[in-house]
Amino acid sequence: MKLITVAGPPSSGKTSVILKTIAALGLPPGSVGVVKFDSLTSFDHQRYDEQKIPNQTAFAGKICPDHHFVSNVEGAVEWGMKKGLSVLVTESAGLCNRCSPYVNGILSVCVIDNLSGINTPRKIGPMLKYADIVVVTKGDVVSQAEREVFAFNIREVNASATVLFVNGITGQGAFMLARHWQDTLDIRTLRDRKLRFTMPAAICSYCTGETLIGEMYQMGMVKRMEFDDESP
Amino acid sequence: MKAPDYVAEVSSVPIGDILRRYPLAVDYLANIRLVGVDETKTLPEILENVDEDMLEEFGLDREEVIFHFSAFLEAFSRMEESIETISSITILGWRDKAGRPEMLELTVTPGEVVSIVGPTGSGKSRLLEDIECLAQRDTPTARQILINGSVPDLDKRFSTGGKLVAQLSQNMNFVMDLTVQEFLEMHAKSRMIPDSAAVVEKCFAVANSLAGEKFTLDTKVTQLSGGQSRSLMIADTALLSSSPIILIDELENAGIDRREAIEILVGNEKIVLMSTHDPLLALRADKRIVIRNGGVTKVIETTAEEEQTLHKIEAIDSALLVIRNQLRRGEIVTEESIPEFQER
Ligand SMILES: Nc1nc2c(ncn2[C@@H]2O[C@H](COP(=O)(O)OP(=O)(O)OP(=O)(O)O)[C@@H](O)[C@H]2O)c(=O)[nH]1
Ligand SMILES: Nc1ncnc2c1ncn2[C@@H]1O[C@H](COP(=O)(O)OP(=O)(O)O)[C@@H](O)[C@H]1O
Ligand SMILES: [Mg+2]
Ligand SMILES: [Mg+2]
Repeated sequence: MKLITVAGPPSSGKTSVILKTIAALGLPPGSVGVVKFDSLTSFDHQRYDEQKIPNQTAFAGKICPDHHFVSNVEGAVEWGMKKGLSVLVTESAGLCNRCSPYVNGILSVCVIDNLSGINTPRKIGPMLKYADIVVVTKGDVVSQAEREVFAFNIREVNASATVLFVNGITGQGAFMLARHWQDTLDIRTLRDRKLRFTMPAAICSYCTGETLIGEMYQMGMVKRMEFDDESP
Repeated sequence: MKAPDYVAEVSSVPIGDILRRYPLAVDYLANIRLVGVDETKTLPEILENVDEDMLEEFGLDREEVIFHFSAFLEAFSRMEESIETISSITILGWRDKAGRPEMLELTVTPGEVVSIVGPTGSGKSRLLEDIECLAQRDTPTARQILINGSVPDLDKRFSTGGKLVAQLSQNMNFVMDLTVQEFLEMHAKSRMIPDSAAVVEKCFAVANSLAGEKFTLDTKVTQLSGGQSRSLMIADTALLSSSPIILIDELENAGIDRREAIEILVGNEKIVLMSTHDPLLALRADKRIVIRNGGVTKVIETTAEEEQTLHKIEAIDSALLVIRNQLRRGEIVTEESIPEFQER
């Protein structure tokens, strides 16, 4: 089974791109599945169900979405193997800019959209920096120049990634992404593979449910800011 | 120069000189929050005084910063060299929506304009998409696209990152919160153009010559009217985009000088293909492709007589514009608004 990890900011077009790419793969119905990792709510299952794509949704709830991903992705692979899938796609949303749900040796795709602002590629962090392929969506609604500048800003952050332009609505470009998916290696398990980037550091008291504000309530990993202390 | 050469350079040359040699280097440093550094020091010297924890947030240690930075400089100097030159593209047909064979072998060279005409849903946009992705019998139309007479190698097809083709269409808008000047400078920077001031100036002048209503360099791009936006997009695509092929999908009635716009694109030795319902654009092309039911049925060379009719069509077009403007101003349209030649 081939495993593809897809991540990106909310509403950047991940589901749209995944659906179009699955169509472009042209594999027998039921042989490509998706596991959606999200934090609180997601309606993506409706769109996968509509296309008769086997899918599961996992909610992180009060757990950091990145930690939740890594503790469940192995289970996702087992589910895919049991279902006899030939391709399993994980879609991660609700991540912070410190996150990157990518595993060494597993094709990692970051989806970002042209509408999110030209400096966004510089702000996303590891999710973009450690991706093998960066998919840029919504190019149909911005100017050519903005597409070029956006792609350039992506390369400044991740000079080695392949940048692909995919239209999530018409599927234009999806077929190139499908080619990359076809070329990725087959796996049976993720056990003992390594994450590409460390997870956000835990644990502070707020991770475990503390809600009160004040130094006396803070424990564990705390990063304190230094403010300018000059008086006006 | 290879990556190790950059490592040697970065390790021994003061960062101030590096920043002058490689203008983009400042972005790299800003991305890892290194700003306002002592320009007389080398990068390794600067890193000595940087908090390891801060670097770790970026997944780097001191040594990795140097390698990563060198790889960055190497990648961008490589990019500078890889500007595409193309002498022709060829479209080979296969079948229409009903599976009937499409008899098509059309080669287009720089400076040529080809228009694509046909009813809505006939496959004009599809043809443009086939070109954009350099189709190799693997799209619904099974067309094949050749570059310089041969099959483009797969790597090129996957790695150009859209650099071969620039696209323009009716739905495109500006979303950046920048002035026209900042916008053009930003685009020039991303193209690594050394003397951007001149080309920015020229782009602005050309855009204004296409637009019905003039705009200034300090106008926000998001505040431009439809016509002004299209004008700026066209001027920018012609002068600042590196792509040798330009695909235009239905860019009509945009309130711009359409003939002039095509001249500008062609004058810059681009290969231009445009789907259109606009007679002015269709006839200005050297050739036009007629599509029906997903397949090209004809390729017509624009005849001398058709070229002759162009100025009459322009007269009709400007007559329509007069009426349109009258309506806009809240005036009453009269018999006099309609020119004589319509009477026949
Ligand atoms: N114009 C345009 N809209 C797009 C494109 N791709 C996606 N969209 C739209 O963007 C919206 C969000 O797309 P989704 O695919 O649901 O995004 P997502 O990243 O899966 O969202 P979450 O999973 O909720 O984070 C939808 O309304 C899509 O129709 C594109 O290329 N062009
Ligand atoms: N030769 C073909 N075989 C199969 N489908 C085709 C073919 N040509 C076009 N199509 C499909 O027909 C639909 C309409 O085409 P489109 O390019 O959007 O039309 P237009 O731009 O002329 O309005 C698209 O879904 C396109 O993929
Ligand atoms: Mg989604
Ligand atoms: Mg169309």
